[in-house]
Amino acid sequence: MTTTAPEAGRSPTPERSRRPGRRPLTLRRRESRAGLALVAPTLLVVLAVIGIPIVWTVVLAFQRVRLATLRKTGLFGELTLDNIDRVLHTPGFADTLWTTVLYSVGGTAGSIVVGLVAALAVRGPFRGRTLVRASMLLPYVAPVVAMTFVWQVMLDPQLGIVNDWGKRFLGWDQPVPFLSQESTALWTVIAFEAWRYFPFAFLFLLARLQAVPAELEEAARVDGATPTQRFRHILLPQLMPVIALIGVLRFIMTFNKFDDVYLLTGGSAGTEVVSVRVYQFLTARTDIGAAAAQAVVLAVVLLVFVAIYLRFFGARREA
Amino acid sequence: MDRDRIETVSLRWLRRLVIAGFLVVTLLPFWYMLVLSVRPIERLLLDPGSLWVPFGELTVATYAEVLKSVSDGGQGFLTFIRNSGLVALAATALTLVIAIPGAYAVSRLRFFGRRQVSALFLAVYLFPSIVIAIPLFVVFTRAGLRGSLTGLVLVYISQTLPVSVYMLKNYFETIPVSLEESAAIDGAGRLGIIRRVSLPLAAPSVMAVALYDFMIAWNEYLFALLFLVDRPDRWTVSLGLSLLADGVEVPKTVLMAGSVILTLPIVVLFFAGERMLTEGLTSGAEKG
Repeated sequence: MTTTAPEAGRSPTPERSRRPGRRPLTLRRRESRAGLALVAPTLLVVLAVIGIPIVWTVVLAFQRVRLATLRKTGLFGELTLDNIDRVLHTPGFADTLWTTVLYSVGGTAGSIVVGLVAALAVRGPFRGRTLVRASMLLPYVAPVVAMTFVWQVMLDPQLGIVNDWGKRFLGWDQPVPFLSQESTALWTVIAFEAWRYFPFAFLFLLARLQAVPAELEEAARVDGATPTQRFRHILLPQLMPVIALIGVLRFIMTFNKFDDVYLLTGGSAGTEVVSVRVYQFLTARTDIGAAAAQAVVLAVVLLVFVAIYLRFFGARREA
Repeated sequence: MDRDRIETVSLRWLRRLVIAGFLVVTLLPFWYMLVLSVRPIERLLLDPGSLWVPFGELTVATYAEVLKSVSDGGQGFLTFIRNSGLVALAATALTLVIAIPGAYAVSRLRFFGRRQVSALFLAVYLFPSIVIAIPLFVVFTRAGLRGSLTGLVLVYISQTLPVSVYMLKNYFETIPVSLEESAAIDGAGRLGIIRRVSLPLAAPSVMAVALYDFMIAWNEYLFALLFLVDRPDRWTVSLGLSLLADGVEVPKTVLMAGSVILTLPIVVLFFAGERMLTEGLTSGAEKG
């Protein structure tokens, strides 16, 4: 008790005597310290719950770990290339990766095209526009479990409305098991992806459309450009950078997606994407090493895709 | 008629058609969910194509069954709602407590590494959550945290923090520095400025972020599945619905009632939040 009071009082004194007349720097340093202190909790949580796990996954990918032997292995167990080797040569892995690519490209392209059509349609003012715009965002904000469940029931061969109407109005002979046969399952999942995530593209594109200066279109109209020509030569070039950005964001997110595919098909009927496969290895086979190895492969493939994309896109923009 | 005229007229009609089409496609699944949740399963099997409830079929027994506790022969959704609500509220509150000072620092204060923070967050945001899930699964298994809602809250905080900080930061940047400076001249400290000046001005944006955090936590599925699957008394609504839907024992109409219960809070919050976001609060703040 007797030592704390002088301690606290002393600390500013040497600083002041060391740097006479350099108060702005001290203020700056105080600001810097306050900044670090305020941002520290955020960084701490992100580091502890995200940063460390990422590093740990990489380490696990090079270890022989199963859930049963988990208690014996430490963080710095014996390192081995076994998992990676095993993963790359297991039958089905290449298929899974290919499915993931198809699913990501299809889902991304679908959601952007649908989102673009939606944005163009509600661009101009009309009665009830706010309500329409809000309704269009619903698929994106609603819980994924409820949405996948509704789709499952709608597409159900026995009690689903789609097959009932298909038989009644479109003359289908047999109910179509959309989510459980190989020929339709992946397409159905991609359609779900486009349906659920078009609002994301819609929001970005609508914001960009509203920022396009009216004079540009007006000038084109005066020059005799028809609506489709104005879209092709005026609006689309203005939208291209945003479309490219949404493209890369949606591709990354779809590539990593687990919930949608797992809930719709459980990864059966040729829809197994890498995330679902990792989950199966983790829980059903409790092979943590192999799961981690596949997760690392997923992350690396994703990085490569994004790098290629940025390269290509960056080069295009300079030209 | 020239091409311009033809295009203008046909596009005008096409546009109405497209808007109507979009309304049907986005709202139909929600309507279908609602209709199925109030129909008895026997009637659904006889007439699966109906989009409205025939008079006299209407029932709320599905809701009663889904909400009743398991010991009373129901599906125990009341417990799930409590779990989801607790987790989502705790995650939202804690995220805000951590994110507000962080966002303020990133938007206002010059410190070492300030620029890198945003890039770091974007990277974190886009990283596959399944990669993070593996070691968390391992750690939680080892630490006995699997099956605990606290662990889940921690994960949700980390998942929502990057976007929360980003959104709040953007808003803080629009608040005039002069307001804060006048508070500083009046003798307010750093935390006093945040609490008395920045935070009240940023209230709409804080509410928006809170809504976002709540929705993410309420809707989340993967981590709930990984951590809580062995503990039915701790299931969230999402998890409970998906696990019950896997079996054949529970009628689909009862689960549809569960879906409505899962979706309704989010839809209500979303429509409430839409309006809140549009309110501009900073206008005229500097004059007074």
